[in-house]
Formats: sequence, structure tokens, C-alpha cells
Amino acid sequence: MNELTRGFFQAIQLIFSADPALYEIIFLSLRVTGLALLISALIGIPTGATLGLSRIRARGLVTALLYTGMGLPPVVVGLFVYLMLSRSGPFGVLGWLFTPSAMIVAQLIIAFPLVAGLTMTAVQGVDPALRVQVRSLGATRWQEMWAVLREARLGVVAAIVAAFGGIISEVGAVMLVGGNIEGKTRVLTTAIVLNTRTGEFSLALALGIILLALAFVANVAMMRLQGNDK
Amino acid sequence: MTNDKSVYLIEGLKQEYAGRVVVDVERLEIRAGEIFAIVGPSGAGKSTLLRLLNFLELPTRGQVVYQGQVVNGSLPIETRRQVTTVFQRPVLLRASVRENVAYGLALRRQLADGRVDEILARVGLSSLANAPAHKVSGGEMQRVALARALVIEPHVLLLDEPTANLDPYNVGLIEKIVREHNRARGTTIVLVTHNVFQAKRLARRVGLMLNGRVIEVGDAQQFFDAPNDPRTAAFVRGEMVY
Repeated sequence: MNELTRGFFQAIQLIFSADPALYEIIFLSLRVTGLALLISALIGIPTGATLGLSRIRARGLVTALLYTGMGLPPVVVGLFVYLMLSRSGPFGVLGWLFTPSAMIVAQLIIAFPLVAGLTMTAVQGVDPALRVQVRSLGATRWQEMWAVLREARLGVVAAIVAAFGGIISEVGAVMLVGGNIEGKTRVLTTAIVLNTRTGEFSLALALGIILLALAFVANVAMMRLQGNDK
Repeated sequence: MTNDKSVYLIEGLKQEYAGRVVVDVERLEIRAGEIFAIVGPSGAGKSTLLRLLNFLELPTRGQVVYQGQVVNGSLPIETRRQVTTVFQRPVLLRASVRENVAYGLALRRQLADGRVDEILARVGLSSLANAPAHKVSGGEMQRVALARALVIEPHVLLLDEPTANLDPYNVGLIEKIVREHNRARGTTIVLVTHNVFQAKRLARRVGLMLNGRVIEVGDAQQFFDAPNDPRTAAFVRGEMVY
């Protein structure tokens, strides 16, 4: 209990300490997760919408793959990205291993199935009669797709929230491909692991509380987006 | 021969789902500016016929000619936009009543100027303009659906059981709006209903559909007072006809 209390107060002290190292960790966490989330949303939302609306034969297989992807162990993703980006790997020439770029790629792979899969489910949940009715009102195919996506927006926001939660708290993949290098690839989760290993429990807890606070603020913001539509 | 004022001419039309014929119409003509009612029991193929008239489906066989153009997959969007349907169960967008009514204009990149307010007043929904559309009553929802169809000023308005399950107040109001719109704008209206009384109140010509076929078409008075086909007579009398 003492550790928890100390951790809580240390978190508050840390936040107001203006420690550049801490802010660097926070900003890197937000940058990596934010970019991974943005890219996964840009690819995942149209993919999910297309799958939800189409009647292609391979949809069952793609859906099964997406659902499997939603349960991918992050450490396995990290290992895969590591092998791809290592010197001997097919993308080794990029020189991304142990850089934030590698961390973004790993988080993107984790977030994409969540965004696409949950968007697909949300789109499938929209009343099928809506498509016919907007087409009857003169919608083109694109306008029809956009109308369905707009109706599914609560589910799409939920998909983004789920993906955000999945990657902001993820440690295995970013640790493997980022290397937890101070000042370069250290993010909140990897810093927590490091401080726990070195016995700095209060600091680890403080970082954990900051991580939770960030996730909370982001989720409240997204819930407000949903709330406006109720 | 087609009448010069024909909006639709249907010839040898067949629509099949999984080998089952649901619409089988030898010939049917719908004239410009009329209110044409198609009556018949549930499952007669009336709604499928409306979907064909709204270009939402293409026929398995035969053809629908709209304003002289054979309806096929390459019908221009401008032509498609001349026809719209008010469905029995309207599905509204998760937006305000006003946004729903203005939706068709937005699709056409037209400004939702005074037309939206004018139509909202006509359907008696001005006070609910900013209310969330999914929270209004069933009758109000159907009036929103009617308003969003009327605001785009279609050449042809298709009504698919528009007042089924509505209370008498809303039924009366919707019928009044439809009648006035037809008179004021000359919009061709095709009404599908199993309610013979509604058809009698609104339509100039009426057709009976049974098992996908058009049994009889005639002027409303003749159709109701002196039908040629015994099945029409039975249906008009309110007997179950299959």
C-alpha cells in the first residue's frame, strides 16, 4: 500500500517537475501510438467498411484472419517485425530497427486488425434497409458507403478506442523492436518494465499512473465524440 | 403503343429470386401526373415492382422503359435521381430531422435553403426540426421520410405502404400531403397498398396484383364499382384472394 501511495505522490511530483526526460518519454509514447493509430485508422476503416458492405467470396476467410489478428500476441508481432527489419531481414536496408519507426510498424500491425475488424462489425450492424433508402434518394455508390459509415460511427470510434487501448499499453513488441534506448526509443511501458527490474517501484508506479491518466483522457475525449451522437 | 404521356412502360417483365418468379407483368403503363395505386395482398410482388420502378433492381427478363429510356445498369445518375421511394419502414439517418430532410439535397450538392423549412412546415414538423430523427414517433418518422422525398422534387414518387401501422391522424395527414403535392406539382405517384380504401381515396387509376401478376388495371371508379375480373371484385369486397 505504501508503494502505491508513494507512487501516486511521485507521479504528481513527476508531472509538475518539468523533467525533460519524463516529457520526452511521454511525447514519444504519444507520437508512436498516435501515428500507429492514425495510419491504422486510415487503412483499417476503409478496409473494414469495404468488408462489411461487400459480398466477396473471400470475406469469410478475410474475416477469420482479421479476428485472429485481433488476438495477436504483441511479443509475436515484435518478433516478426524484428526479423523483417534486422540487417539480414528483407527490410533491413531501411535501418529502422531500434528506432521509433520500427515501434510504429509493430503497433500498426497490432492496431490494424482491431480497427478493421471492429469497423466491419459496426458497418454490418447498420440496418441494411438504409443502403437501399439512401440509394433511392439518389446516392451514388460512394455516397451510399459514406452514409453507412456515418451511421456506424459510434462503432468506428469504439474500434479506435479499442486499438488505442491495445497499443498504448503494449510493451512486448516495442521493447523488442525499439530496444528501450534512453532518449531514443524509451516509452512509458518500457520505462515501467525497466524501473520495476531495477527495484524503482515508486517510479514505475508513477509512470504507470501517468500512462493510465493519458489513456483515461484519450478515452474520455473519444467517449465525448460518441456521446454527442446519442 | 405507348401513350405520349407515359412515364413508365413495362413489357414482359419478370423478376425471379432463386428461380422463384415474384413479378411477372406482361404489360403495364404508368402515366405522367397520375396517382396510380397498386393493390393486392402481402406477397403479391408489389414492393418488388416498386424497387424495379426505382431502378434499385434490374429485371431478370423483359424491360422497364422510363421516359423513353430502357432501364439498365448504365442509367445516368441524373435519371435515377428523378425517382424516389417512401418505404413502409423508413430508416432515418442518425441526425436531426432537418438534416434528414436536407439529405437528398446534400447528395445533389444543393443548398438546403428555404425548401427544407417549407417542406417541414407542410408535413407539420417545424417544431421538431432540430430533434434527433431517431427519437420521434413512428408517424413523425414517416412524415420525415415523406418530407425528405418531396424536398428533392422527384418526377416520380413511389409510395410503398406509406401508412401501414400508422394512426388515423398520420394516415389522413400523409394522404392530404400526397394529394396536394400531386395536384400542385403534377408529380407522378405510384402507391402500393393493401388498403383498398386508401387506393380509392387517392388514386386515379388502380391495378390489382396477385402472385406477381397484374390482374386488372382500370380507372378508380370502374375498378371499384364495376371490376371486370372476379378476383378484383373479391379483393375489393375484402375477401382473401390468393
